[in-house]
Amino acid sequence: MKWLSDDRLNHLRTIVSEPDFSATKYKNVKELGRGGMGAVYLAEDRELSRLVAVKVLNTPDITDDLRRRMIREAQIIAGLEHPGIVPVHDVGTLPDGRIFYAMKYVRGSRLDEYATQSVSVNDRLRKFQAVCDAVAFAHAHGVIHRDLKPQNIMIGSFGEVLVLDWGVAKVLKPQIDTDFVHGFINENHDTSHGTVIGTRDYMSPEQARGETDQIDERADVYSLGAVLRFLLTDKATRTAKAICSKAMAHAPESRYASAAELSADIGRLLDAEPVLAYRENAFEKVGRWVGKNRFLVLLVLAYLLMRIFLIFTSRP
Amino acid sequence: MSKPLIGVILGAVLGAIDGLTAWFTPAVRDQLAGIVFGSTIKGVIAGIAIGFFAKKFHSLPIGILFGVIIGAFLAFLVALLQGGYYLEIILPGTIVGLIVGFATQKYGTPAATANS
Repeated sequence: MKWLSDDRLNHLRTIVSEPDFSATKYKNVKELGRGGMGAVYLAEDRELSRLVAVKVLNTPDITDDLRRRMIREAQIIAGLEHPGIVPVHDVGTLPDGRIFYAMKYVRGSRLDEYATQSVSVNDRLRKFQAVCDAVAFAHAHGVIHRDLKPQNIMIGSFGEVLVLDWGVAKVLKPQIDTDFVHGFINENHDTSHGTVIGTRDYMSPEQARGETDQIDERADVYSLGAVLRFLLTDKATRTAKAICSKAMAHAPESRYASAAELSADIGRLLDAEPVLAYRENAFEKVGRWVGKNRFLVLLVLAYLLMRIFLIFTSRP
Repeated sequence: MSKPLIGVILGAVLGAIDGLTAWFTPAVRDQLAGIVFGSTIKGVIAGIAIGFFAKKFHSLPIGILFGVIIGAFLAFLVALLQGGYYLEIILPGTIVGLIVGFATQKYGTPAATANS
């Protein structure tokens, strides 16, 4: 008997686990990543000659619940048409019964990779604000992401910001007008109480306790606060730290009521205006005004200096 | 706040400061009140002109240039009436025009457009 080498065995494993796209219009190019529920492949859409990202369930031995979740994820994303949310192009079933959906292939870097680059604080804040806006849009449509973290946010090659991986999203109200989602909610197949959903460093205390029925928009606000803290690290000003603290308050009622409110406070921070999260003293107010009107202040100072110069030079 | 109003306030304040500095020139100290009044009026006139210009034309470099020209021109007229102190009057007047030109372009409510 001849033993197979580890390399050959791994190669065979890869071939077996690779999805069979032969019955679809897609051609597998390479695997992009793998998560708990499925793997994402870079594939070529042979009809439109373009690259797409195809998410496929990990295993062909799928339960109805997994199938349901996968279709639900595709429908949730498809229902959220926003520049900050990756559009879904197609959904279908592979010959082995695995569900897949095709979405836009985003070229760029993940937020955690972007954060390692030498990017200014204001640029980081602008990207973060775009994330808040996409999440606020989802909230307005009754969808809570529940797993916001830098690894689930992409910065495209043109600077566009996209929120990914809506696999564990919770639909608060059936504003996505599909029979499936209505059916899903009515059948109460959502995550049961006690199930912990999310990523430890970014999940709200109520998520960590598995209180799924208590989770609302403010759980995502907490995660956004954690993302902001990650993005700014040592670069955070006192005001930015106050925004993080308010977003990450232990009690949901002490947080920003919505991602839109958090986005608005980031906007105020960028415009050097007072933010909701921080009550500044008189010196800080003056400092902020001077910082905002630096050029005007410099002009007036130059004028006064010139005046003093003239006083001393024109004396007889 | 409208742009002409910003121009008037800034022109008046800087004009008054401009006039008050005459206190450091002993030869004209007894005429200080008149100088401050005249300088303030000059600042107000410059502020109105530069403010209305900013309301019509939205361009930072052109606004600053206009401010410099108006400031220098009015200061020149004052120096001409004084019959001296050209540098001491024209230089600060020009810089006041520059500051007001910059401020009126950068701050204040712009004029409403036809389709807004």
